[in-house]
Amino acid sequence: MSRAVAIEVSHLGKVYDKVRAVDDVSFQVYAGEIFGLLGPNGAGKSTILRILITLLHPTSGSARIFGLDSVKDADRVRKTIGYVPQERAIDRFLTGREHLELLADLHHLSAEEASTRIPQLLKLVELEAQADRPAKTYSGGMKRKLDIACGLLPDPKVLFLDEPTLGLDVPSRLRIWDHVRAMRDRGITVVMTTNYLDEADQLCDRIAIIDGGRIKTLGSPTELKVGVGGDLVSLTVREHDRVDTLASAVNILPAVRAVKTRPNGLDIRVDSPEKALPAILEAANRLTCQLEFIDYHRPRLDDVFIAQTGRSIKDDQPKDDDQ
Amino acid sequence: MKEYWQEIRALTMRWVRRLSREKFSMLFTLVQPMLFWLIFFGNLFQRAADMQVTQAASYISFLTAGVVIMTVLNNGLAGGVDLLFDKENGFLERLMSTPIHRSSVILSRFIFVMTITSLQVLVILAVAWLFGVQPVTGFPGVAAILFIGMMFGVGLTAISMAMAFSVKSHGDFFSVLGFLSLPMIFLSSALVPLTAMPGWMGFLAQFNPMTWAIDAVRPLILQGWTEALPHVGMVIVVMVLFDALCLYGGARVFRRAIG
Repeated sequence: MSRAVAIEVSHLGKVYDKVRAVDDVSFQVYAGEIFGLLGPNGAGKSTILRILITLLHPTSGSARIFGLDSVKDADRVRKTIGYVPQERAIDRFLTGREHLELLADLHHLSAEEASTRIPQLLKLVELEAQADRPAKTYSGGMKRKLDIACGLLPDPKVLFLDEPTLGLDVPSRLRIWDHVRAMRDRGITVVMTTNYLDEADQLCDRIAIIDGGRIKTLGSPTELKVGVGGDLVSLTVREHDRVDTLASAVNILPAVRAVKTRPNGLDIRVDSPEKALPAILEAANRLTCQLEFIDYHRPRLDDVFIAQTGRSIKDDQPKDDDQ
Repeated sequence: MKEYWQEIRALTMRWVRRLSREKFSMLFTLVQPMLFWLIFFGNLFQRAADMQVTQAASYISFLTAGVVIMTVLNNGLAGGVDLLFDKENGFLERLMSTPIHRSSVILSRFIFVMTITSLQVLVILAVAWLFGVQPVTGFPGVAAILFIGMMFGVGLTAISMAMAFSVKSHGDFFSVLGFLSLPMIFLSSALVPLTAMPGWMGFLAQFNPMTWAIDAVRPLILQGWTEALPHVGMVIVVMVLFDALCLYGGARVFRRAIG
């Protein structure tokens, strides 16, 4: 891969009160991609994000954003990045426009720059009509859009999003996804944390699955899913004593990768369902083995997560303090 | 330097806007509970207080200096509250991820708290004036009172902000606040001169910086420059030490919390 590297994280570690929140984490983010840090609450993804945006100092290792060290060059890093914190980080008493005006001053924009960029951003996130209402009147989705406008205000090279769609309804989530994709298309590198599998799957170009402060696996959603093994065909057999006979017949078929028996049927990993399905059905017919139920599904990110961490992401009770 | 000013101005304006959006809170900021101390306490104890002891024409005129400094105390100790909320809802992180001088947030808070406090002190002095209390040192005296108030306020606000950055929850913050403020008031010369206190209370009150501030403000209101100047000189020395201590401690906490 000869793509330009936007972020270089090497052997990063962070210890809080003797707890290892992040443990020897290394990865690269390429310029112009959407990179996701996926993990349950408390996995360490927010800690990594906070180190990248210079708000936390690592205990060991280093993080570089376009070659700038997150500790030594913190001030220059802050000029390069935009940050979208979780939804609550909004001043209820200020209007949307006032949020942007405040941030324009904190990023040292001139009055002219601010007066051209602020209306543009309000338009981009479709908040023009509500721009002069206090933020306490905003819905969750509108607050999120304001957040994103705030993150984009400094015209950053890298945008960091912390759980961008946490607690949003479905239409708002889809909107936010569109905005994030639009940013990538404008050439902005996006780094986001999420604990939604479908979000990581559909939005991110590459994902790092994080658990217990370590990276369990890293790659594009497709790569990760292929890594688990091919598509899965599940059969339920009417006469349970025929399971073993069918298993040995299916096992020798060319498109079949692996067969696992269950008391009432088979789980079959296949390379290509187009070839494997007819062959499997033919084998069952030949043995006059009646099928009660056929289920076919592509591997989901959930399968990847379970394979890497030994549990489902949904097993975790949501916690408030996600470090 | 231009950028520094731009940040501080924008952050200070945010505090002003927040206050102006909350109409009730703005009203109660100006018509504050401290006025009740002056009006009710001042008039209530008019006959109970011995004028030989207070050395003042009326109890309310004695109490005015105390209420002025109590206002400074309350505002100063509460000065970190908004930062506490910013810390808890993540707004502070948003501010800190921008390329600002780390001190801008703190400085904007000092400017805002000092301005509001000065306005409140002026309201207190105006109400006292309605009850016949006129500072004998006139406008220069009022300016001196405001200056003393600010010197005391800086240290208190620093303590409050340091607390905001170090407490685990805002429940802790408010319990410490409630716990601190009453002993600070009773163990000072706000309500009674030190000479009239039980020995042990008078002894403790000497170490309260509030006592020094009140003892300088009171002659500015009641007696005149000749009597006031030595106290004013003394309070400046005390406050420089007090502020240096609070700012040093505050800066350490701040650096640990924000880096």
